[in-house]
Amino acid sequence: MAGEARSEEAGLVFHPMDQFIVKPFFGDGAVSWYTITNSTVWMALAVLAVFALLVLGTSKRAVIPTRMQSVAELAYGFIYKMVEDICGKDGVKYFPYIMTLFMFIVFANFLGLLPTAFTPTAHIAVTAVMAFAVFFGVTILGFVKNGPSFLGLFWVNSAPLALRPVLALIELISYFVRPVSHSIRLAGNMMAGHAVIKVFAGFAAITAIAPFSVLAITAMYGLEMLVSFIQAYVFAILTCVYLKDALHPHH
Amino acid sequence: MATEPINTELAGTCVNEFGSAIGMPQLCGEWFGNQIFWLVVALVAIYFILSRVALPRIGSVLAERQGTITNDIAAAEDLKVKATQAEAAYDKALVDARAEAQRIVAAAKADIQADLDKAIAKADAEIAAKSAESEKAISEIRAGALQNVEEVAKDTALAIVEAMGSTADAKSVASAVDAQMKG
Repeated sequence: MAGEARSEEAGLVFHPMDQFIVKPFFGDGAVSWYTITNSTVWMALAVLAVFALLVLGTSKRAVIPTRMQSVAELAYGFIYKMVEDICGKDGVKYFPYIMTLFMFIVFANFLGLLPTAFTPTAHIAVTAVMAFAVFFGVTILGFVKNGPSFLGLFWVNSAPLALRPVLALIELISYFVRPVSHSIRLAGNMMAGHAVIKVFAGFAAITAIAPFSVLAITAMYGLEMLVSFIQAYVFAILTCVYLKDALHPHH
Repeated sequence: MATEPINTELAGTCVNEFGSAIGMPQLCGEWFGNQIFWLVVALVAIYFILSRVALPRIGSVLAERQGTITNDIAAAEDLKVKATQAEAAYDKALVDARAEAQRIVAAAKADIQADLDKAIAKADAEIAAKSAESEKAISEIRAGALQNVEEVAKDTALAIVEAMGSTADAKSVASAVDAQMKG
């Protein structure tokens, strides 16, 4: 397949990264901070989707839920249980923040899978803001709740005394790497999947390969559905884990 | 996505004159401000939608459902207890009715037995009276017969003595007969 592709390369145009270009949604022009861009529009659609599911879907407050309402309740129960299980009872008051992150990411991811859509969560700027917000929020919360004893998080009491300084250094580094891995994991996953689909789509220009290309896109699409959910879940669960560290810093 | 060409000065450093991305668009610093601004707006909007409306509502619906389920289960247990009680009462009534029936049967039997005993005793008494009467009659008859035998024996003895040709007074014959009969 690759050989064929190369022989007809003149006809093939790959621009897998073009789908990530941010541009004004209305007309042309420079992108300033307030411009309504394609990114803005898809974020707004995510907000609307959250509103539709969690507010309109539950408007009847039925004891026996409709389908929409039971999906909303499922999402609520899923995240609520996760926060409660990981952070404990005292973490439940941070549930709305984690729910906000999860709902935004999951809807941005899934809306981004629509053809010609834009995926805000494929951008490091977006995921980094969320990850650093979690990082700073959790760090400040840790110091506010525990005072200087929050630093006990880095001092592994169960390890032999000689190893503790070394472990403290490693813990410290891993603590500061958290927001980086947290954000790049989500953005990287989203970007990679979309770029791969775009590359497969580029191969569809060759008639002989087109059927395989369509099959490959279909398979990738299924995988991306999975990734969309899993990455939102992973982002939320890691947020919970970091929050747990802030609330109960002692191992 | 990148079909319409845009002006180079508008394209900036991240997009070339054909509208294609130069490198990774994710790393284009020009767009960061815009994305961050609108992301914060979106997150704040979602946060208020969730914390003001959606989450309290869903939470109350779930609590209400939990309450309804708990109440229904409690009501079901109540009814179950009632059913068990009714069954016990029914069983008790059945046992009572059986005992009552047995008591009535026993009483009837006792009555009949008493009547029967009375009748038997009466019949026995009558039989005894009748047989005593008969006994008496028989003994009278027997006594009468003995006396007759004595008289006949005395008369016969007197007649025999006279026939033998000797005279004998009746008194001595009678005493001799008496002596013979006693021996």
